[in-house]
Amino acid sequence: MAGLDLLPALIDLGAVLLLALGIKGLSKVSTARSANGLAALAMALAVLGLLIQQPLSPQAWLWVAIGTGLGGLLGLITAQRVPMTAMPETVALFNGCGGMASLLVALGVALFNPGGSSGLVEQISIVISVFVGAITFSGSIVAMGKLQGWIDTPGWTQSTMRHSVNISLAVACLAGAIALPGDMAGAPLWLLVVASSLLGIGVTLPIGGADMPVVISLLNSYSGVAAAAAGFVVGSQMLIVAGAMVGAAGLILTQVMCTAMNRSLVSVLFGGALGGSAPVGGGGEEAGYTRITSCSAEECAIALEAAERVVFVPGYGLAVAQAQHALRELSKLLENHGVEVTYAIHPVAGRMPGHMNVLLAEADVPYEQLLEMDTVNPEFPRTDVVIVLGANDVVNPDAKTDSTSPLYGMPVLEVDQARQVFVVKRSLGAGYAGIKNALFELPQTAMVFGDAKAVLNGLLSELRSMGVGKKVAA
Amino acid sequence: MSAFTQALWVLLLGSLLGLELIGKVPPTLHTPLMSGANAISGITVLASLTLIAQANDQLPLLVLGSLSLGFALFNVVGGFLVTDRMLAMFSRKSPRTGANR
Repeated sequence: MAGLDLLPALIDLGAVLLLALGIKGLSKVSTARSANGLAALAMALAVLGLLIQQPLSPQAWLWVAIGTGLGGLLGLITAQRVPMTAMPETVALFNGCGGMASLLVALGVALFNPGGSSGLVEQISIVISVFVGAITFSGSIVAMGKLQGWIDTPGWTQSTMRHSVNISLAVACLAGAIALPGDMAGAPLWLLVVASSLLGIGVTLPIGGADMPVVISLLNSYSGVAAAAAGFVVGSQMLIVAGAMVGAAGLILTQVMCTAMNRSLVSVLFGGALGGSAPVGGGGEEAGYTRITSCSAEECAIALEAAERVVFVPGYGLAVAQAQHALRELSKLLENHGVEVTYAIHPVAGRMPGHMNVLLAEADVPYEQLLEMDTVNPEFPRTDVVIVLGANDVVNPDAKTDSTSPLYGMPVLEVDQARQVFVVKRSLGAGYAGIKNALFELPQTAMVFGDAKAVLNGLLSELRSMGVGKKVAA
Repeated sequence: MSAFTQALWVLLLGSLLGLELIGKVPPTLHTPLMSGANAISGITVLASLTLIAQANDQLPLLVLGSLSLGFALFNVVGGFLVTDRMLAMFSRKSPRTGANR
């Protein structure tokens, strides 16, 4: 290697090293933030290395500036504006754009062939880059739309018809891919683009909202693959190694998330929406409960006032009601009253794994009060009051005891062990899994019906009127 | 070794590295890790820049490259910032002494 090539090569190596350290550090709480910075630094280094190797003409610089200005600015604004509750769909949007970038590069090379050569390797790389890039883009956009509630799940996607549709689309992709080397810039290319995009929609549309995080994680892995393929297209080893690393790491993360949600990747991808296929509990509305005790905020407040140890179980409903700040206020009040307060966080609480931790952290809940399932479960028997806020399936005791339940085997929070349980819920509607929750009928359980935020505010004013949290000598 | 075989080795070793990097992830970090990995996958900026560099000032290629650079950078900048925003919430508070455990 000549001396002139050495510097960019060293920069690339440094970038790969930092990137690897970054991904590794992101999987530990103590190092995660600095690791994120390391990864960003690695990216900047990689760009620097490339610019040294491939000098740009003034006109090229102009177009670089335009792209950088627009993309960077929009990214900056989006990252700052987006609320924490909308994190899953934001990641989906970013991810889709990454896929689109790979797709556009492959299109540019296929249409205009700037490198001058087009061997078989390059053609195959273009096919992969277009195929994966288009699926990543359209799939991510559908995932975002479903999470935002813009897109429903059409009925036909829950029938076996979807398999025939998707198989035909896959065949169309294959036909385009095979015909592509003969005619690089013609019909086969566009067939591939259109069919792959439709396939991305076709495979994502049938998947239910609860499984969407897994899908986004998988699509994230795909966008790494798309980047690696783009690396083959433009002949960049840096891109290949980074894409491969993200692709593989994303696959592992997807697997980890599936395990946490007690779902297999295969059933997520091909099983359709959970509950859609399992005709249990009459489809969700007030599914045959007989022994429900409901109570008012006042009764709940009295129980809280008398408790020594309280555990909150926040769920999706809390996030929807944006009630995390009210919850924090309530727990502060109780703490001032000498009550020991903790939060039990199920691995999949919120809208995606780990999402609830982010939401509660945003509301200033101290990190040490967030207890993970394995830590908190042995504590429930000595807990006076548990308040379940908009969580359902993750506290269903059937998952442990009833082998006929679709939830059977899923790790759950054992709140039924506590002395008293209050479930704050808008109605008796079923959870994601569309099944009955045996917890609601237990003698120690009382339902407090209402929006999580309204109920919490009600509790706050009840407790205040009882004089809780005022300056009482301890 | 041809450039292609070399690239295949790079692909193989990169994939193996990626598989090893993430082992046990606490559920707390699933969302930020996914978001961070997503930002890294915007490394396609390199491909976009290469396309622009090799465009020989052909306008359609410059436009395509610039568009693709925009999409990729949206992913990169947005991804890293949003990840940082999430992680900042975990590290902001210093552990309080003696408070309830």
